[in-house]
Amino acid sequence: MAETINEVKFSDEAMAEIQRYISHYPEGRQKSAILPILHIAQAEFGGWVSPEVMDKVAEILNIQPIEVYEVATFYTMFNLKPVGKHVLEVCRTGPCCLRGADQIIDLIKQKLGIEEGETTADGMFTLKPVECLASCGSGPMLQVREKFYENLDSEEKLDEFLEMMRQSEVEKPHHLK
Amino acid sequence: MGLKILTEHINVPGIETLEVYRKHGGYRSVEKALKTMSPDEVVEEVKTSGLRGRGGAGFPTGMKWSFLAKPEGVPRYLVCNADESEPGTFKDRWFMEKNPHALIEGMITSSYALGANTSYIYIRGELLFVLRILEKAIAEAYAAGLLGKNILGSGYDLDLHVAPGGGAYICGEETALLESLEGKRGNPRNKPPFPAVKGLFACPTVVNNVETISSVPWIVNNGGAEYAKVGIGRSTGTKLISASGNINNPGVYEIELGVPVEEFIYSDEYLGGIWKGKQLKAVVPGGSSVPILPANLILKTAAGEDRLMTYESLADGGFVSGSMMGSGAFIVFDEDQCIVRNTWNYARFYHHESCGQCSPCREGTGWMEKVLHRIEYGHGHQQDIDLLVSVAKQIEGNTICPLGDAAAWPVAAAIRHFRDEFEWHIKHPKEATAPGAVYRGQLDTVTA
Repeated sequence: MAETINEVKFSDEAMAEIQRYISHYPEGRQKSAILPILHIAQAEFGGWVSPEVMDKVAEILNIQPIEVYEVATFYTMFNLKPVGKHVLEVCRTGPCCLRGADQIIDLIKQKLGIEEGETTADGMFTLKPVECLASCGSGPMLQVREKFYENLDSEEKLDEFLEMMRQSEVEKPHHLK
Repeated sequence: MGLKILTEHINVPGIETLEVYRKHGGYRSVEKALKTMSPDEVVEEVKTSGLRGRGGAGFPTGMKWSFLAKPEGVPRYLVCNADESEPGTFKDRWFMEKNPHALIEGMITSSYALGANTSYIYIRGELLFVLRILEKAIAEAYAAGLLGKNILGSGYDLDLHVAPGGGAYICGEETALLESLEGKRGNPRNKPPFPAVKGLFACPTVVNNVETISSVPWIVNNGGAEYAKVGIGRSTGTKLISASGNINNPGVYEIELGVPVEEFIYSDEYLGGIWKGKQLKAVVPGGSSVPILPANLILKTAAGEDRLMTYESLADGGFVSGSMMGSGAFIVFDEDQCIVRNTWNYARFYHHESCGQCSPCREGTGWMEKVLHRIEYGHGHQQDIDLLVSVAKQIEGNTICPLGDAAAWPVAAAIRHFRDEFEWHIKHPKEATAPGAVYRGQLDTVTA
């Protein structure tokens, strides 16, 4: 991947969005925009942030690469390894478990033949159990990119959901289209 | 039906647009405050209202505002804490998604009161779709002259921005939130200095929860005294309750503080009772970090009085027989739920979310998770229960931020009230690990 180091290039739309976030902070405080920029980067470059992408973010913010690494490794939303087309972020926390989240996670593992953190051989799905997503009244639930899929309380609903995801393309946030 | 201070118009079609929001009286508090009141007068109304922080701590908002340092020539900031991450809590997400202008109105009126000219809404990163709703509404407000320079000709300037987190429960703690907003890891800061003196970018800062800020417009419009008439005692006003678990009607409810817990659980106006005709086993009334209470103690206090949905009544009995209002996340357990498994689940959560800065929390949460895991999976030792109590005690009060306490309390409370269930798991590992097995002994004491 060494040859791609200099090829990390954000689209014009993404750069405009990055500049907009930087403008929200006082002079000299541009580092504050690091989290929104990492979100933009992840959406731009296939759902994960590589070291090369993080270096590019450091360059844009005029900070040391280590400052980006230490942030990207702290926050759980940033995937530091390649992921499947759809990352299933399934809530595994107490309130969802009261409504059957454990069983749904087991079913996903069975149906996709993967364990937590793994990606299916066809590259379609990555299973990433996560902590509470603030949708406790509609559990079991999961998130894919910016969307919540709620009340997945039966095998039929899960099958329907997985089939729909297989047919759907990755949606980029509207401002990056 | 109680008074709806926050949610009166929440189901009006199009309320997320400026036009419809204004048609229903939206942004009146901005006109009133900026044109007819001094900032201090707004602060006074909020003090009079008795409004308390709705994020979990319940600290009086007006008092928090009055602590804000005002050195000459230094900017001040208002930061809205929309990092709603406490398990069981989803009211703020629901509220912002449906009625973004209500929060923006609160931000303008509150920023004016505090003398802030730049304010931020820090929203958890998982809610980027809500961030987009808020940004759209903010753009509408700028276009209408409600944000930006010289708002409504009053001479007051305010810029309002939304900033996303990146997935970290700890960033709901206000100093960790400020670190995160500055683009750093969410490690809580030592206090003092408090944010009121040295907060965002080392400037005086107030951090308030979404629901708290969204309550301010009503207080400005109707007066703090009018707000204080709602509720009971020091629990004034209304509260959004996120109801989840084994109930018929999960969702967000705006209640006047003071509704009896029993009515809240069983009335069709609220939770509609326990699902599938089952019995109530326990409730965590304020989010995962507050003590769990068995059915008999959530419905009545130890003294036999009706437990009410107020800060004071939920806390009645201290940690011996009471709990806390917290963020208002009301998590209900039916008779089929295993307390050991649930306690392990929360211990895993806190271990996962510990920032790692303080060793009692970093190490202690890991130990609690490990010990609870072995009890749940049939490998517990008789001394494990006392070990858990001891670890919890050594975390509590020994960390920079309250995450340590939040991790310790649920474990200590579960053992306090359900010790026999833990013992059963340890003494009868085979029965306890059979599929669907649940200890039923505790239900003998249920009076509901």
